[in-house]
Parts: sequence; C-alpha cells; structure tokens
Amino acid sequence: MSGPLLAVEKLTKRFGGLTANEDVSFTVREGEIVGLIGPNGAGKTTVFNSLAGFFAPSAGSIRLRGEEIAGRPPEAIAGRGLARTFQIVRIFKGMTVLENVLVGALLRHRAVPDALSRAREALRFTGLDGRADEPAGRLTVAEQKRLEVTRALATEPRLLLLDEVMAGLTAAEVQEAVEMVRRIQARGIACVVVEHVMEGIMPIADRMLVLERGRLIADGPPRAIAHDPAVIAAYLGEEYRAPGA
Amino acid sequence: MSRYARAWILLAALAAAALFPLVVTRPTWQNAVILMLMTAQLGVAWNILGGYAGQVSLGHAAFFGVGAYVSSLLSMKLGISPWFGMLAGGLTASAFSAVVGWPCFRLKGHYFAMATIAVVEIVQATVNGWEALGGAVGLYLPLTETGFAGFVFNRSKLPYHYIALGLLLLTLTVNWLVARSRTGYYLRAIKDEPDAARSLGISLTRYKLQAIALSSGLAAMGGTLYAQKELFVDPGSTLSTSLSIKIALVAILGGVGTLFGPVLGAAALTAIEETSRILFGGTGRGTDLVVYGLLIVLIAVYQPAGIMGWIAGRLPSSSPRAEPGEEGR
Repeated sequence: MSGPLLAVEKLTKRFGGLTANEDVSFTVREGEIVGLIGPNGAGKTTVFNSLAGFFAPSAGSIRLRGEEIAGRPPEAIAGRGLARTFQIVRIFKGMTVLENVLVGALLRHRAVPDALSRAREALRFTGLDGRADEPAGRLTVAEQKRLEVTRALATEPRLLLLDEVMAGLTAAEVQEAVEMVRRIQARGIACVVVEHVMEGIMPIADRMLVLERGRLIADGPPRAIAHDPAVIAAYLGEEYRAPGA
Repeated sequence: MSRYARAWILLAALAAAALFPLVVTRPTWQNAVILMLMTAQLGVAWNILGGYAGQVSLGHAAFFGVGAYVSSLLSMKLGISPWFGMLAGGLTASAFSAVVGWPCFRLKGHYFAMATIAVVEIVQATVNGWEALGGAVGLYLPLTETGFAGFVFNRSKLPYHYIALGLLLLTLTVNWLVARSRTGYYLRAIKDEPDAARSLGISLTRYKLQAIALSSGLAAMGGTLYAQKELFVDPGSTLSTSLSIKIALVAILGGVGTLFGPVLGAAALTAIEETSRILFGGTGRGTDLVVYGLLIVLIAVYQPAGIMGWIAGRLPSSSPRAEPGEEGR
C-alpha cells in the first residue's frame, strides 16, 4: 500500500473565539495502534469529532486512504471505512445486544439474515456472544463499552477511533480491553486510541501523540514520549519519568 | 408470550373482527367498530414514523386529508374510480410528506412535533380558502349506484367494515415487514441514538424520509376510505389538529413502536369516546379533546409504554429476547 491510511494536515477547529485544535498534523499507517493523550480539555475528542465528520474543521485537511474527508458527514465517512466509539456510551437501549451490532453490520450487508450472522461473529470476537439476546441497557458499563466497540467493528472499518474505552474500568477489565485492542490490530485494523489510562495504552501503542491546549506537542514511540520533558511537564507527571532520565 | 399463544390470540382477534358485523347487527355498534378499525389503521400507519423512528408527528391529519381530497376530486371531476384514487392519494401524500418532511426533520423532538402541527393548520387554512376544493363547506360526493367498483355501498355497512379490516391488515403487514427490514432497524437506531446511528453509516434524513413517506401514504389510504364511507369531505373533519392528536394518541395509548399497540389503543379510545358520547350526549364540541388531554396526562404519568407495556409487565417473564418491533418502550 502506498501512502498512509490516514493523513491529517494542519487540522484546525475553532468554536467562536476558542481554538480547540490548531495545526494538528499526523498520520496513521495501516494496522497501526496510535495513542492520543493529553490533559483534559486538550482537544482529543474534538480531533475525533473532526475525523469522524461530526465537526466540520475550520481549516486543514483529513485524507482517508488518499481521499479528502474533511467536512463530509459522519455517515459518508463510516462508509469509507472509519468507525468510532463515544466517550459517553451511546448504545441503542431499546434493542438487544445482538440488534445493536446488527445495525453496524447492515452497513456492508444489506440483507438482514446475512448481517445477523456477521453480527454474531463480531460478538464472538469480542466475547459478548453469551449476552446476545439481552436488552443492551442491562449490560454493565464495561460491557456497554465493549458493545460499542463490537458495533463499530461490525461496520468492517479500516480505522477504528476508540474514545476512552478503558476509563472507569477495573484493573482486570482494563487488561481485557488491552487484549481486545491487540486482537483488533491483529485483524489488520488500525486504531487511534484516546486514553487516560496509561497502563492500558502505553504497552500496546506503536506510536503516541500528545495534545496540549489544542496543539500537538509530541509524536513518537511510547518510550520516547515517556522521556520527553515537555510531555512530562504537560501531562504525565513524575511517576512516568523513566529511571535516569 | 410463546409463539403459539401469540398466533392463537391473533387468529381469535381476526375471527372476531371478521364475524362481528354478522353477529351484531345494530348499526350504531357496527359503525363504532368500523370507526375503531379505521382509527387503528391510522395509528398503525403513524407508528412507522412516530413509533419506530421516534419522530412524533401531530400533523398526520394533513396526509389523511390529502388522501380524502385527492380520491374525491378524481372521482367527482374526472370520474376516476376511488380505488385508483386511493393509490393516487397515497402517492400524493407520500410526495407531499417528503416535501414538508425535508425542512421539518431539521428540527428535533418537540420542535418537530410543533412544526407538524403547523403543517396541518396551513393545509387546513389553504383548503378553507380554495373554492375549487370546496372551500370551508367541503365536497359532497355524488351518490352513485352502489357497488364495489364505485366504492359506494348504501344498503349495508358490511362492505365498509371489511374494507376497513382489509386496509388495517395491509397496514399491519407493511409495518411488520418494515420492522424486520434494514430500514426498520435503522429507524429504531435513529430513535435511540441519532449520533451513534450516523457513525454507523446511517443517513438520518434519508431514512426519516422513507418512514414519513410510508407512514403518510398509508394514512392517506385511510383518508380515501373515510371519504367514501361518509361521501362528504371538509377541512374541519379531515384536516384538523384534533384528528392528528387522535391518530398519535391511539399509538401512544396502545404502545409506541409495537405492532399491535395502536390497534389496542384504538379499541380503548373508541370505547371511551362512545361511552362519553352516551354519558354526555351528542358530539359536544370539546368533550373529545378533554378526553384526549386526560388520557395523555394519565399515560405520561402512569404508563409511558402504553397498554402493550402494561401487558408485558404482567406476563410471567418470558424469554428476554423481544421480537423486533414488539417490545414496549
């Protein structure tokens, strides 16, 4: 494959006088896991909303597999192979777990029986198959987050944006989530992961992006990021200072 | 409820509906049941948009009226059979609903409902001042010879009963097919979480327009039946906000987003209306609105999931897996 899967150039998003993202540029290669970190209010979710089409960027370019998608509506971008989860889960509460995933699968498989079997497959992949017929609202928060990931996977994306899927989970649940992201990557799906849970994202990320006040202040392998004085000052804190640094 | 129990209840209800006018011959009773079937049909049609897609329309009388007027005018001015007029009315209402739906769907929740009230009021005001359409006086359909081809039956109410029942079954079938289709799942997704639906590739406008086109087309077919049964169409009875509210109310009373909810709602509402007519006499302007208002308050406070929800809450917890489109909300 020539060229990156996703190429973001000088992405800027302003809300009135507030600049949420300014000149953010990065790329994501096929099958790569990229962590996106930064303090609260740094503009991580704004980046996601621009990438997924929920915000029209004020300036800059977003190319998915070479095609400009900046300003296109979310439904068009989903069709191009980008899927996302939401920071605050947005599952379809009036449906069963299986039906939630079915809605995702219907994007590429228009016949309901066909999409149903794809949805079941996706549920097996994320380990929710045992709860397929339960009302989605009855799941725990951790399971609801996993359901959102499953639903997004059912659209058969090339790139998955995960917005804090590990927040609020127990240590064991974080491990399960880490495992799941690894298996998603093994399927050849690239992930951009917004996360505050460092134990979750540091071990699996191929690359880390650090946002502060809307600007990208670092882009590199997790190890290098952990040594970067600017990043430590902005966000990570003393406990992540590598020995001898 | 098991599959078998459900099938038996359906068969029994169908048999009762089919046999009723043969057993009960009092015209008042026959007429009440025809009204009930017609109201149920409108509620089921409304449900596609209001129940599954969650877009509460308080303007369905506009589509009902389009059906009544289109078939009446076609038969009066051009001598076209009302059966064809029923189809033409349905298609006209679908097209009209898409035109008004386009801007209205930019509004959400209550604002959408308010915009649909404006639609009925505008249509009513327009027809009131439009002489060619009979203005405020309305249209009297000529009494032609009785018969199936002309869609006029003078001697007996029976044919209207069976046509109303047939139209209700057709509307239920369309509703059932939609609930099981890609569109049906997409509509429910849009109702629950529109942003999540978009992120999964669903165009909100496209599917809401599909829903309103289907819903309004079916409501318009009910309008033609009404026109042929009364042989009289006027803005006050076909293009009113109170009819719009009644259509929405039977669905909400029975259980939105459920296949048979609107039918139960229509049965309950017709019973209440007939009782109040007996108790308070005549069609005293306003008693129906008082009843609607009271019911809306009661449902909102005590039973938001309607009659279907009340039944579901009383059944021994059956398999948690709800059939698509049959769980209350």
